[in-house]
This record gives sequence, C-alpha cells and structure tokens, in this order.
Amino acid sequence: MPPAAALQIVPNTPEPEGKRRQVRFRGRSFMALVLTPEPPTEDWLAELDALAARSPGFFGDRPVVLDVSAIKASPRTLAALLGQLESRGVRLIGVEGCDPKFLDGPNARLAMPVGGRAAGELSAPEPGSVATGSLVVEQPVRSGQTISFNGDVTICGSVASGAEVIASGSIHVYGALRGRAIAGSAGNAKARIFCRKLDAELLAIDGVYMTTERLDPKLKGKAVKAWLDGENLRVDALD
Amino acid sequence: MAEVLVVTSGKGGVGKTTSTAALGAALAQTGQNVVVIDFDVGLRNLDLVMGAERRVVYDLINVVQGDANLNQALIKDKRVDSLSLLPASQTRDKDALTAEGVERVINELKGRFDWIICDSPAGIERGAYFAMRHADLAVIVTNPEVSSVRDSDRIIGLLDSKTEKAERGETIEKLLLLTRYDPVRAERGDMLKVDDVLEILSIPLLGIIPESPEVLKASNLGSPVTLANPISAPSRAYLDAARRLRGETIEMTVPTEKRGLFGSLFGRRAA
Ligand SMILES: Nc1ncnc2c1ncn2[C@@H]1O[C@H](COP(=O)(O)OP(=O)(O)OP(=O)(O)O)[C@@H](O)[C@H]1O
Ligand SMILES: [Mg+2]
Repeated sequence: MPPAAALQIVPNTPEPEGKRRQVRFRGRSFMALVLTPEPPTEDWLAELDALAARSPGFFGDRPVVLDVSAIKASPRTLAALLGQLESRGVRLIGVEGCDPKFLDGPNARLAMPVGGRAAGELSAPEPGSVATGSLVVEQPVRSGQTISFNGDVTICGSVASGAEVIASGSIHVYGALRGRAIAGSAGNAKARIFCRKLDAELLAIDGVYMTTERLDPKLKGKAVKAWLDGENLRVDALD
Repeated sequence: MAEVLVVTSGKGGVGKTTSTAALGAALAQTGQNVVVIDFDVGLRNLDLVMGAERRVVYDLINVVQGDANLNQALIKDKRVDSLSLLPASQTRDKDALTAEGVERVINELKGRFDWIICDSPAGIERGAYFAMRHADLAVIVTNPEVSSVRDSDRIIGLLDSKTEKAERGETIEKLLLLTRYDPVRAERGDMLKVDDVLEILSIPLLGIIPESPEVLKASNLGSPVTLANPISAPSRAYLDAARRLRGETIEMTVPTEKRGLFGSLFGRRAA
C-alpha cells in the first residue's frame, strides 16, 4: 500500500518592492490506497466487495488512486469501472496507467500528471503505525519514487535525482542526496536534514525551500546539515 | 531452468535492441537455446537487426491473442541454429498486449528455451511493463550521460516494485550494461565516467560496450554485431558480457579496435 504525497505550494502574501519574494512550499502527506484491478474486472470487483464486506468502512473516506495498467482499459470500460467504484463509495483522487485522454468529462480531473504521480514503491508504513516514529529505508530511493512518512526518515543508501523524501520530522541520508528532501512537512521548524554527500535538487524545512542553484557551491559533495534559522534555510558542512 | 531476461532502459535509442540481438546471438553461439522477443509493438526493430524482416508471418500479438501458436510465430535464425526470434507486430499497438496472454506465452517459452530475452520498448508505459513483468534478471542499458542514467534509475525502481518477482517479495537481479562508451570522451569529461555511473546506480556491471561504427554496419547487414564481425571491439565486449551472464568471471575491459590491445580499466567484476 504505497503512500501518496501531495505537495502544496503556498505563495506568500506579496511583499514590498525590492524585498526578496519567498514562495512557501509545504508538503502534506497522507496515506492513499492504490487499487490495481486485474482482469477479468468482474472477478476483481467481486473480490473488492468481499473485502469491503469483511472490513466495513475499509475505504471510509480514505483517498484512493486507481492504477489501471494491468487491465486493457478503453475509454468505455474505464468509465464503467469508475462508475462501479463510485457506486461503492470509493473516493478516487486519481487514475494512472492509462492514456489520460481516456478520462473525459467529469473524470478528466482524475488524470495523474505525467511524471508527477506518487510512486512510493518502497516500504510504506502500515496504516496503524502512521502516528509518529521513524522509518528506516534500506534500499536506495530511485528516481520517480517518493518516500513519505509521518516522523523521521533514515535512508541508508542514496536518494536519486528525481526522487523525493518527505518527512514530518527530520531526514537523514547516509548516501548521496541527489533528489529532494522535504523535512518538517506538516509544519515543524525544528526538523533538520542531514546527508553524507550533498547534490540535492531541493531542500525544504517547514515550507521554506531552497534549490541547489542558491546553494554555496563549496558545499556540493560535502556532508552537511540543514536547519531553519528563523525564516532562512541554512546549510553547513558537518566536518 | 529457463532464465527470463529483460533488456530495458527507460530512455530511447540507447542500444536495447542492439544489445538484445548481440547478447542473444552470443549466448546461442555457446550452445544455449535462446529466444529473443520484441516487445516494441508498433515500432518493431529486432526483426531488422536480426535480418528476419522478410520472414515474419505471425507475431507476438497473434500468439498473445490466440490467433497463432508459437510454432507458427517463432523464426529460427539462419546462422545460429539455437537462436529464435518472436517478432512484434508493426501494425498493432501496445494495447493489444494482455496480462494473461503475455504470461501464457512466457510460460510456454520456458519449456523450450534456456534464455528468454525480452527487448523492451523505451518509456515506462504498457509495453515496458509487460516486457519486465516476468523477468528473473534485468540488463539495464545505459549510455554515459545524465539523462540516460536518471531514466535507468527510474526503471530500476519499477523493476523493484512492478515485476512478478518483486511482488512475491523477492529481488530481481539487475546488471548494468554501459553502451556507446567512448573512453576518450569520458577522459575529457564530455561523458560520465564508468565509476560515476556505477556510483549513482549502485548495481553490478555486466559490461562496457564501446561506441563503434561496426554496430551500425552490422545492423545494416541485418545481423547481430556478434555474428557480423565477432572480432570487432563491441562484439568482444558483448561476448564477454554473455559469458558473465553464464556465470564466468572475466576481467572487465573496454575492448578497442586494435586487436590484442585491451584497455584494462580496473579489476571490478560483475556479480
Ligand atoms: N555501441 C554502439 N556504437 C555505435 N552505435 C550504436 C551502439 N549501440 C547502439 N548504436 C546505435 O544507436 C542507435 C539506437 O540503437 P538501438 O535501436 O539498439 O536502441 P534502442 O534502445 O533499442 O532504441 P529504442 O528505444 O528506440 O528501441 C542505432 O542506430 C544503433 O546502431
Ligand atoms: Mg529498440
């Protein structure tokens, strides 16, 4: 059950002329179920009904992403499937794994933006343990993957370019950080980011972000820590 | 036991089809029974590189949909007896592939061949998904440039989550094949160095295939490069890679066109 992450970009109120404008970047993460129907769809729906009967309220108002890559969806069969799910009270926030053109009319909003889908293929925390705590990820985080966790995240390997780690707490990366690290995502100015080799695309703490362009080039490839000093994101070598 | 191998990359034009043909032929030359399958439905190429384009009657889609059987669709190579091709369809599109159909075809092939090599289309859509779905082993074809490396990283993530093996909780073996490598340009810094690519992708190295005009020459002849000119630099690199696939330990080199002169890089071994 991979987590899905939603990022909110919250523009600040316009600042007076001459002052640096800052865009605030907050991440919000939540669990989304990913449903992957398999052919024949009728049997799969029957399974789903059986599951819902066994655990009433399973879907509740939990957001659901539908991955249709395993079925041969046509615009017509897809619309029928969406109708079936809606009649079961499943709350879809997106559909992936098909041509976005297949989603038309009111369903068009469900198309997942290309490349922006929340992959999160690595170990996801169990729904029960979502509270707070720590998540240790043993494998490298590959491009296109999102690790999203309510708590501290430790990555034993590297975070690739095009991958992201979102934590409501701090982020520790023992390999190279080449992607994005978003700490204190639910609002926590005390969260920090540590990594052994900095080559990040973006660092963010409590909504204050920094792209590598603004980073001191001397820090590239170094072991660093990043923290929030008031409204400023600071990055320094760890020595 | 048959090994199902997918040749994949994410990025297009990096040398998947070339590598599928070259490795397939190299394995077959050692006496292994090999079938190469073109999953690039709608943009088939493997038949051309193998020189079999005029012999295609039935294709993968026909077999997947049950309109033909494997005996009708498999094309035996004229040069190497133990090498066969299952071509893609040029007129259909990837939506004609079905999960059950592909699974049935792979299972049937497992009973007949030692190696089932799936040439993946570029991208991360349906065709690439079906090509990797049943693989035991993946050869990640990467060029020494940042966009190719990043796409390979993306594909590795998908191999670790979307394959049958991954879903069973096992890990799929992934090997890096660095292709179109130009040692001179790498030294000048115009290209990523081997170590840089290995550091980013952190998977074992299967081989380094040098950039060479012999590759295009062979494909114009309709022959896997390992058959067209076995002593050329890319062929020797592919032949070594094929032996590593069979479990042999061979020193990692970048062959050059001067015969007998091997640019020894380092003592790194493929896992
Ligand atoms: N080692 C090499 N030296 C020189 N040219 C090469 C080499 N390897 C591949 N090429 C050339 O690169 C081009 C693309 O190769 P190929 O078709 O094998 O890539 P592909 O990854 O299968 O592409 P696609 O993603 O379109 O399926 C071809 O023109 C081929 O001849
Ligand atoms: Mg190809």
